[in-house]
Amino acid sequence: MAYFLQQLINGLTLGAIYGLIALGYTMVYGIIGMINFAHGEIYMVGAFVSLISFLVLGAAGITWVPLMLAIVLVISMVFTSIYGWTIERLAYRPLRGSVRLAPLISAIGVSIFLQNYVQLVQGARIKPLPPVIRGGFTLMGDGDNFVVQLSYLQIIIMLLTVGLMVAFTMVITRTDLGRAQRACEQDKTMAALLGVNVDRTISMTFVMGAALAAVAGVMVTMYYGVVDFYIGFLAGVKAFTAAVLGGIGSLPGAMLGGILIGLIESFWSAYFTIEYKDVAAFAILVMVLIFRPTGLLGRPEIEKV
Amino acid sequence: MTAMLTVSGVKTFYGSIEALKGVDLIVEEGEIVTLIGANGAGKSTLLMTVCGSPQARYGRITFEGRDITRVPTFEIVRRGIAQSPEGRRIFGRMTVLENLQMGAVTARAATFDRDLERVFTLFPRLKERLSQRAGTMSGGEQQMLAIGRALMSQPRLLLLDEPSLGLAPLVVKQIFEVIREINREQGMTVFLVEQNAYHALKLAHRAYVLVTGRITMSGTGAELLANPEVRTAYLEGGH
Repeated sequence: MAYFLQQLINGLTLGAIYGLIALGYTMVYGIIGMINFAHGEIYMVGAFVSLISFLVLGAAGITWVPLMLAIVLVISMVFTSIYGWTIERLAYRPLRGSVRLAPLISAIGVSIFLQNYVQLVQGARIKPLPPVIRGGFTLMGDGDNFVVQLSYLQIIIMLLTVGLMVAFTMVITRTDLGRAQRACEQDKTMAALLGVNVDRTISMTFVMGAALAAVAGVMVTMYYGVVDFYIGFLAGVKAFTAAVLGGIGSLPGAMLGGILIGLIESFWSAYFTIEYKDVAAFAILVMVLIFRPTGLLGRPEIEKV
Repeated sequence: MTAMLTVSGVKTFYGSIEALKGVDLIVEEGEIVTLIGANGAGKSTLLMTVCGSPQARYGRITFEGRDITRVPTFEIVRRGIAQSPEGRRIFGRMTVLENLQMGAVTARAATFDRDLERVFTLFPRLKERLSQRAGTMSGGEQQMLAIGRALMSQPRLLLLDEPSLGLAPLVVKQIFEVIREINREQGMTVFLVEQNAYHALKLAHRAYVLVTGRITMSGTGAELLANPEVRTAYLEGGH
């Protein structure tokens, strides 16, 4: 029971991170019908920016954790937003209106570019970060001396994720920007006829997705304490799996999918074998695509006549 | 009266296909002008060209004296032109209220409640359906919503593309009644595209006939209604 509870905690933490990245995939897909394969790299850039920020702040003597965390979050979100905006502007917008495959290939190109760019600038070695937030609660122990730990960091990750998802849902459902995004998702020409600047709305979608990925990057950097230029690929594909599992295009679906993938990975590692945890996650992707291509909360594609 | 909208020598292409082959027409302030023509004549293309989607390849479009030929689509509504397009194009997964809010994207927030009330006066049905998903409404209600949404931007020129399409005769009558009312009571200039030539010609002050991308005839609504050519081509076989 204790062991199970521990895996649940770990799985939820991991799932929260996947969920945040998955939101970026699903939003972009929703509005322009394209899988932004460079999104994982955006998250990786966010992780690097946070690592550098943490080190710089530490060197500058700012060690009060809440302040440090706030500054790092803001810096990472700003940086990745600029990346997200620029990528859309340079690599996707010129291809809008061409065949569906073109922006997809462009996205893979951007992804490879960013990986190599970060590798060149930061080096290929794994970069460590000393733990920023230590300690936690010991929830229970059982007969085998197994102790269930809930670290402060895990609490922060979950609270931050829930907070962001609530805020994000409010933006999408209640604000003018969110309404414009949903309108563009359904009918861009009509949105333009009503005065919506469609290009700007799409740019904002990339910016929002990138900012969420940055938060995930910050959290992963703190959680695992290591960063390298290649982390974006696997996390990106996992988050993409999460988005597909939840139903691509559906925001609650992305969150749900992220949490499910996190749980599956965590439990699989705990009860079966850790080497096959990625296999488990991707087997899910295959199964979903075969048996329920619209995902858990996705809506079936209705062809207009 | 002054010319509100002028279209001169406009040619529009879809790829290499010439959909409009040099169209000239004028809509004057306070008028209801209708454009009738068969399926595929280019009526909807003309309305969309006025809104810059697609833009005219040749020719010139002016609105209130200013050239709008190359103005991007999302700016057109700020100039004072709103369109209820072909197929209504309401946002089906949004509520009725959200659709109307989308119509008010360019309008001042201060007048939102007043504009909303005005739409409800014209279409009381929409008020009852405010929180309903727009896609679940009947065709007639969706048409009312599309017109209401266009009105929310406080336009000076209203473009209506086949508001009668697919609707029951009673609903068609109701919609045309509202168009007349908007024009009479609010002085709204209306440019109406219709296949339902009989109703449109009865309603309109002036009318144009579009045949495969060219204007072939024009006159007052009554003149065209009496014209034998128009009668055979567009009015025979019931209305």
